[in-house]
Amino acid sequence: MTHPFSRTAARRVATSLMLSAAMLGAGLTAAQAETLRWARVGDALTLDPHSANEGPTSTLLHHIYETLVRRDTDGSLKPRLATEWFIHPDDPTVWVFRLREGVTFHDGAAFTAEDVVASITRVTSETSDFKGLHTAVAGAEAIDDYTVHIKMSGPSPLYVQNLTNFFVMDKGWIEANGVETPQDFKAGEEKFTVRNTNGTGPYTLVSRDPEVRTVLAANPGHWDAAPAVTEIVYTPIKEAATRVAALLSGEVDFVQDVPVQDIERLSNTAGISVTTGAENRTIFFAYDMTSDSLKSVPGDNPFKNPQVREAMALALDRDAIRQVVMRGQSVPGGQNVPPFVNGHDPALDAYSAPDYDAAKALMTEAGYADGFSVDLHCPNDRYINDEAICQAYVGMLGRIGIKANLVSQSRTIHFPAIQNGEVDFYLLGWGVPTFDSQYVFDFLVHSPADGRGGWNGSRYNNPEIDAKIESLATETDLAKRDATIAEIWQTLQQDRVFLMVHNQLLAYAAKDNVEIAVHPENQPSMTTVTFK
Amino acid sequence: MNRIARAWDSDLAYSFRHSPVAVVAAFVALLIILAAALAPLIAPHDPFNPASLNLMDGFTPPMEPNAFTGNTYWLGTDNQGRDIFSAILYGARISLFVGFSAVLFAMVLGIAVGLLAAWRGGWVDSLLMRIADVQLSFPSILIALLIFGVARGVIPPAYREEMAIWVLIVAIGLSDWVQFARVVRGAAMVEKAREYVQAARVIGVHPVRIVLTHILPNVMGPVLVIATIGLALAIIAEATLSFLGVGVPPTQPSLGTLIRIGQGFLFSGEWWIILFPSIALLALALSVNLLGDWLRDALNPRLK
Repeated sequence: MTHPFSRTAARRVATSLMLSAAMLGAGLTAAQAETLRWARVGDALTLDPHSANEGPTSTLLHHIYETLVRRDTDGSLKPRLATEWFIHPDDPTVWVFRLREGVTFHDGAAFTAEDVVASITRVTSETSDFKGLHTAVAGAEAIDDYTVHIKMSGPSPLYVQNLTNFFVMDKGWIEANGVETPQDFKAGEEKFTVRNTNGTGPYTLVSRDPEVRTVLAANPGHWDAAPAVTEIVYTPIKEAATRVAALLSGEVDFVQDVPVQDIERLSNTAGISVTTGAENRTIFFAYDMTSDSLKSVPGDNPFKNPQVREAMALALDRDAIRQVVMRGQSVPGGQNVPPFVNGHDPALDAYSAPDYDAAKALMTEAGYADGFSVDLHCPNDRYINDEAICQAYVGMLGRIGIKANLVSQSRTIHFPAIQNGEVDFYLLGWGVPTFDSQYVFDFLVHSPADGRGGWNGSRYNNPEIDAKIESLATETDLAKRDATIAEIWQTLQQDRVFLMVHNQLLAYAAKDNVEIAVHPENQPSMTTVTFK
Repeated sequence: MNRIARAWDSDLAYSFRHSPVAVVAAFVALLIILAAALAPLIAPHDPFNPASLNLMDGFTPPMEPNAFTGNTYWLGTDNQGRDIFSAILYGARISLFVGFSAVLFAMVLGIAVGLLAAWRGGWVDSLLMRIADVQLSFPSILIALLIFGVARGVIPPAYREEMAIWVLIVAIGLSDWVQFARVVRGAAMVEKAREYVQAARVIGVHPVRIVLTHILPNVMGPVLVIATIGLALAIIAEATLSFLGVGVPPTQPSLGTLIRIGQGFLFSGEWWIILFPSIALLALALSVNLLGDWLRDALNPRLK
């Protein structure tokens, strides 16, 4: 009997747990089956572990697949499938990983160094969405069953920081199912790995109905201590009010994306507690700044003009967005990188108050006295109040003569459109799992080449900056490397490649008996949940 | 006796005068239609012009000054600082426009199909009525969603916003034509067998002329009843589609879009964002529906 409890029975157990805790003054240990019903705004895009470098996708996959190292809630690296890692004492271009022994995949196959090598090959292949994190990898080699050498094209002292979302698959399973390359997500490819999984993680996949419900059960053969949560029912609920209603009515136990307008109400509700914290994620606008002709402005590209970009920055009223749209739940900024990431500079992060007269004057100087009309693409199910932020900015742009036509769509359409270069002007959010600016540069700034620039929807193309970005991967002198990062940021800010809006703050809401910490990358692990 | 006096003395007018429900419903419907039609003159703000909005005005409660700007709005503002009263007027405009156009579209299509089926009979009739049967077996909102989805795929993104309203009209119209076709076919088959039609055929009047000038006017009674009830249904269908987020663009909210926006603030205390648009939609749909009901009874000889 793997799942002895129905939904109502689980609720009854939770209630009786609370009751007995209240009566006896002591909690029960979680030796019995506990279901955690988890709701958030959107579903994982795919279950292929190397196909979509996207927050909610990785969050769910971390429960099924495992990485060599993991990021703790304090930002430090902790062992996971690797127990030890270091740069080879004789060769600075080789990373050595000692692997955990006695780990098995869900189908029973043993986890060995060959699996890591096969996964490295897979994650660096053409259709991988994570290849930008592994551009410095020259190859991987299994030294023995539990030692892997990853050979880099040059010294890469920070490479291990890139591995927090590198999921390890079973070599035999990859070959048996013919899934040597990741699903090509932006081309809409369908693959065995999209609905089937075989990881080493703490949970196994029981059932999956995309966009409706995914059920995971605790993996009894997992190497680590058994989690308190023995079953996870993951439900995407797009509508904010419906999500909150589900928590209020007891239909779910944990809501990851609490609408900002409901934080106060939920905090004041008996039986529900809200935890807030800073997220490692910036929200910003970006625009195609190099093409000669835009899709929605045929024959012209106003974004090429630096004065237009400056005017657009002057029209953005970040404080009003914070005050009204975000209800105070955001930290406005000017530099497109969160404060705890290496390369953040308070001077660059300062932003100016809106000045519509100056912005209009700039528009006139730039030759757009009558403004122009352009499409603004926006996701409506990914970031906190994403569509409302776009709507607010549409109004602000209208005041300087720019007529932005809002195209608001699900992230399953929005993200591939950015990656395929189909949008002129868009909203995007970016987290930095490596806690280093290079991650931002590799994906968003470098011109698309050699695995880099996969999300460069700005079409920014600056060979000098490209060379500097490439040098970061192999620079061993950290002081010199930081200086290069600072130089790159200076140029990016001067060129106004991004129009930063704010850093997101997170709010989790759960029933009082569920204890869960806010994860800075918004990747909570249900293994850390405890019941009171 | 002049025309007005004759109309006033007709059975229909008599029945109207003696039905309080019909009089009130007509008054409410007329009031909303007039207010919507004259929205640019009545509304204190233009909610469709994003440039005129001040974000800091957002979430102003009804009849209370905003904490930052000091502006007061009669029915409050939504999350973007849009005046709810103006948004309702403009939203009702879109809802009514979509409703009227969709019904007109469904009516023309349905009448054409119904007349064709009745006049030709045989396999044409069977084919058309089987198509109608198949369509009737699906809920019309699903068909509208399907048409909407296909249109989204076909229309390039650049034109989607401009086309959204027309796509809505076609989607709702195409999902509603069956009622008209069925009723027109039935009534037309009865008329077709009448002597005056036989006589017209014998003296060699062109079939198209017979159908359009002799049969059509005699089947319009029931068509008008369905059209009135259909209008209420089309307005609700538009609201449903916009509520689901597939209707008009968010910068041009219809009543359904306003309700969708307001729904997000149900738990946080901003009740006015959802309440007033909902009341407006309810009043509009209910009054049109009651009018349709009355019209059906008034035109039904068996109830006299």
